[in-house]
Formats: sequence, structure tokens, C-alpha cells
Amino acid sequence: MKIKVIVTLKNGVLDPQGKAIQQTLNGMGFESIKEVRQGKYFDIEVNENEETKAKSKVEDMCKKLLANLVIEDFKII
Amino acid sequence: MKSSVIIFPGSNCDRDMDVALKKFGFNNKMVWHNDTALPKSDLIVLPGGFSYGDYLRCGSIAGKSKIINSVIDYAKSGGLVLGICNGFQILTETGLLPGVLQQNKYLEFICKNVHVKINDTKNKYFKNIKKEILELHIAHNEGNYFCSNDELKLIEDNNQIAVTYCDKDGTCNNNSNPNGALKNIAGIFNQNKNILGMMPHPERMIDKYLSGEDGSIFFENLIGNLN
Repeated sequence: MKIKVIVTLKNGVLDPQGKAIQQTLNGMGFESIKEVRQGKYFDIEVNENEETKAKSKVEDMCKKLLANLVIEDFKII
Repeated sequence: MKSSVIIFPGSNCDRDMDVALKKFGFNNKMVWHNDTALPKSDLIVLPGGFSYGDYLRCGSIAGKSKIINSVIDYAKSGGLVLGICNGFQILTETGLLPGVLQQNKYLEFICKNVHVKINDTKNKYFKNIKKEILELHIAHNEGNYFCSNDELKLIEDNNQIAVTYCDKDGTCNNNSNPNGALKNIAGIFNQNKNILGMMPHPERMIDKYLSGEDGSIFFENLIGNLN
């Protein structure tokens, strides 16, 4: 079963890459952009048929490795 | 005094650290990341570099390597663990030190000499040190120290801020902050002050003809405190 994970910086944590992307987009003429936050996306193939079990395993992975909870949040989708 | 330097794939300051430790009298051993046991040591060093290619987050993969459990046990039993640059990042990823090292504020890799002020001397690393301000070298892309306000209060209350970026006269402000680090933090201790993580490289400043000698002051003082 394939589980998707998105890791993003927590609100309020400085994201200089997101800011640089936003400024570039503004410079390209996309002026309506208020903010860009950059994150990470993971596709994880879990050897598990039951969705809740698979997601619970992935949640454990997120807490232990995929996200640094000091500055990042994760979303399992 | 016995020391051990851990080598991860991608470490690149391990040999410099080996040279520095031996120069000042340590009997140093190199330890491969896939080993599980540490040699008997009075000091463990996690060196600078780009362990595991900085994949995922700097230090995150090294923080789960085979040797790291022994390092964590050693640190928790009061042993001295020094992490320089990537070693500092690894220490925060293992949770042995609070906070994280984020990307530098202006998205640049910074490679230059800086001055740092020693903020606490009630520890084995800086006790009796003969200079309060050291000129050391930094070379990093992720050295922008950050932690939550609650954590910052805890580390300030417990004098865990080890060294801060300053100018040559010791003034800490935005102008002397190379990477945007919170409160100019260049290095911190754990609560018991047996673990020190810092971005500057003392091992690069041990030769008066090549670089400078403030790193020598650091190592001479450290081995003096351990003897």
C-alpha cells in the first residue's frame, strides 16, 4: 500500500528558500502571491494491506526520522 | 587521555580532528559508523562534514547510524561528547542537544573566520581558558541555530549557551551574526555540560603558519582540564 507524507515547516519558522521562491515569483510578474512555504513529499510503499496499520507505521516513521518535530509538521495522506 | 573520532560516510573533518587531538596529547582512535561499540574513551568527537550527503536533513541519517546508540549511552552516562559543525547537527538530531540548525538566513554557504565569545566556563571544555574571545573558522550551509521560546528560556536559565558569534571586541549583535542564529548562538551544551556542539572548527586553527592558534588554545585547555 502506498502512503504519502508531506512534511512542512511549522508556522512561524523561518523559511528562507520559500521566501526566495516567493520573491522570484513576484519578480516574474506573479504579484498576487502572499507567501510560499517549501516542504518535502514522500511516497512510501508499505508492505501492509490494512490502511490504518500502514498509516500508523508511517506515523511512527515520521516522528522518528522523516520530520524534525522541533521545526516541522507532517501530514499523512 | 583517550579520544575517539567517529567517521560517517561524508565526514571530511575527521582527519583534521585526528591531527589536532594527537598534536595536543590525545591518544586518538578513529571509529567507523557501522561499528557498534566504542573504544574506551575520555572524549568522543563527532566531526564536521556532510554525513550521508546531508540527505533528508543535515545529521538526521547519522543520528540513526549503528554507532550512535553507543554514543548516546556514553553521553548519558556523563562522558564528554564534542560535535563540530555536522557533528553539532547530529547531536541536535539525536536529541542530545536541544534545537536545530537551519539553513543560513541568506541562503549562502559561509566559509570564513569568525570570532566567538565563551559564555560559560563552568565546564570541562572552557574551564581555565586563557582567552574569552577566540578566532575560529566556520564553513557551513546550515548553521542557523533555532529553538522554541520555551527551550531558549531553559537553555539561558541553565547557562547552556556555550559560545556566541561576536566581533573581535566581543560585541554580539546582528553585524557579528554570520548566519541568522538565534541570539548569535554558535554552540550549546546539554544540561550537564558534558556534551558540546558548536559550528566553528577549532581543529582548523592549530597552526600559526597556516591559520591561527586559537584552536590550539581550545585543545590545550581541554586536555589540561581532563588530566
